[in-house]
Amino acid sequence: MANNILDFEKPIIELEKKIEEMRKYEDNLDINDEIKNLEEKVTKLKNSVYENLTRWQRVQLARHPERPYTLDYIYMMTDEFIELHGDRYYKDDKAIVGGFTKMDDEKVMIIGHQKGRDTKSNLYRNFGMPNPEGYRKALRLMKLAEKFNKPVITLLDTPGAFPGLEAEENGQAEAIARNLFEMARLQVPIIVVVIGEGASGGALGIGVGNTVMMLQNTWYSVISPESCSSILWRSWDYKEQAAEALKLTAPDLLEQGIIDKIIPEPIGGAHRDHKKIAAALKTELLAEIAVLKKMKPEKLVQHRLEKFGKMGIYNE
Amino acid sequence: MGWFKRSKQNISPDSIKTDIPDGQWIKCNSCGEIIHIKQLELNHWVCLKCDYHFRIGSEEYIALLFDKGSFKEYDKKMKSGDPLEFTDTKKYNDRINATIKKTGLYDAVRTGIGKINDIKVSFACMDFKFIGGSMGSVVGEKIARAIDRAYEQKIPLIIISQSGGARMMEGAFSLMQMAKTSTRLARLDEAKIPYISIMTDPTTGGTTASYAMLGDFNLAEPKALIGFAGPRVIKQTIGKDLPEGFQKSEFVEEHGFIDFIVHRKELKQKLTKLIDLVS
Repeated sequence: MANNILDFEKPIIELEKKIEEMRKYEDNLDINDEIKNLEEKVTKLKNSVYENLTRWQRVQLARHPERPYTLDYIYMMTDEFIELHGDRYYKDDKAIVGGFTKMDDEKVMIIGHQKGRDTKSNLYRNFGMPNPEGYRKALRLMKLAEKFNKPVITLLDTPGAFPGLEAEENGQAEAIARNLFEMARLQVPIIVVVIGEGASGGALGIGVGNTVMMLQNTWYSVISPESCSSILWRSWDYKEQAAEALKLTAPDLLEQGIIDKIIPEPIGGAHRDHKKIAAALKTELLAEIAVLKKMKPEKLVQHRLEKFGKMGIYNE
Repeated sequence: MGWFKRSKQNISPDSIKTDIPDGQWIKCNSCGEIIHIKQLELNHWVCLKCDYHFRIGSEEYIALLFDKGSFKEYDKKMKSGDPLEFTDTKKYNDRINATIKKTGLYDAVRTGIGKINDIKVSFACMDFKFIGGSMGSVVGEKIARAIDRAYEQKIPLIIISQSGGARMMEGAFSLMQMAKTSTRLARLDEAKIPYISIMTDPTTGGTTASYAMLGDFNLAEPKALIGFAGPRVIKQTIGKDLPEGFQKSEFVEEHGFIDFIVHRKELKQKLTKLIDLVS
């Protein structure tokens, strides 16, 4: 934990440490009142910090290296997960994972971006940046879900599709485009949740759904604040302003009518309580599945067409 | 010190060539040939010497492809609503208004219906000169409507792309235009109506990763830059120079993502033949 503390988390975590220390002497000394005082102080501080997060601070929380990732959610929410590998053309992309699994009594296909936690696993996962093979694997799994009439859940968490030489040679753009096109007409329900970073086409490539939700401290936009800063301000130093200008947080996207719902995180962020956020996500997913399962395939397709058709602001 | 050594640039022999009245002559970006503008226009804006395809706009493509007087434009004055009230070094709204004034266009795509050798088609053509041909709400909506016109009237769809990608100043709205256009194309596909995508220089980012790559037929002009990530970003990522011809039409065709490359002077005939073969 010590290495992964964000600047604005510092005072809170310092106080929490102090309380912990004091607890050790609780039996010998009469310091209960003092502990109580400090605890109240922490709660107040937490409330004031987390209610007034800037957009850039939310981006930082979305990238917190201790947040749960796709596989964590799968293991916490479901049983009997069987991971399926490969796009059947070329390769198995480790930056996207997926497979059939069971959430309570509900059999589902879950697909998501997968980041690593340390240097080694991040290299293995390519920092959660998929190549075309990843998108093609995701599509193959979605088609399997369609074949066996199981709902599809996708979890979005990527800094972007990988901008590499081979990715271009193998058709990164075509792979993403094909997924948008095929997800549009998939005959089973699709539920999309942004669990961390939703960076541009790399995120949307598995993000066309009947329901689109975001965890509270995540972001979703056309470009990352850093890249936006470098292009529009011609410098990397304006990422805070870029984050503000892009209006990329969950409350922003709800207001813009682009997402359907925000799933609240434990105070301090999803990384402070994995079990709690997994339970919250599971409850939401099961509720959505119950609703969407009642819709006929044609209706699901029509629903997606109309949903995305409405997005956009223009004057005639 | 030589007394006769020329030190001033403006009297060096090279400078004479560039000293041409504006608007009459154009220098080829590829081979440097100086061409009269009328001659270039007659040659469909293709260099007479090296076949370099000059970047042209929707107006020129419409003149090139459609039977005279047959093209009817739709939604000409649809304008961005600035949903985020976006400001970087400039207000987005001011940028839009200045670009409208400068280009005479209201956004980066022109759409309509017209006849190509008597074949009625629904058409959309992007304009790079409008904020880099970027795709925001207006581009997405106009393309979606062009797709719907093809769907409702059961006529082929042709889209010419020329775009740096999604428009940053509309944030997630721009991103969702990729989904909007692709879901509409899926419906068009179900109705078995042909869609021809033509990629011109440049076609990158979210435009390539949505409608530009989804043609039944993907065509490209010679030597156009076509890709997802821009070459500068890729170079930064891999820390190496990019191979010669990387992300050019010929490269993309070689890797299997383009059906064929078409010279601009043959474009109208090729489209006519292609549509005829599948109708």
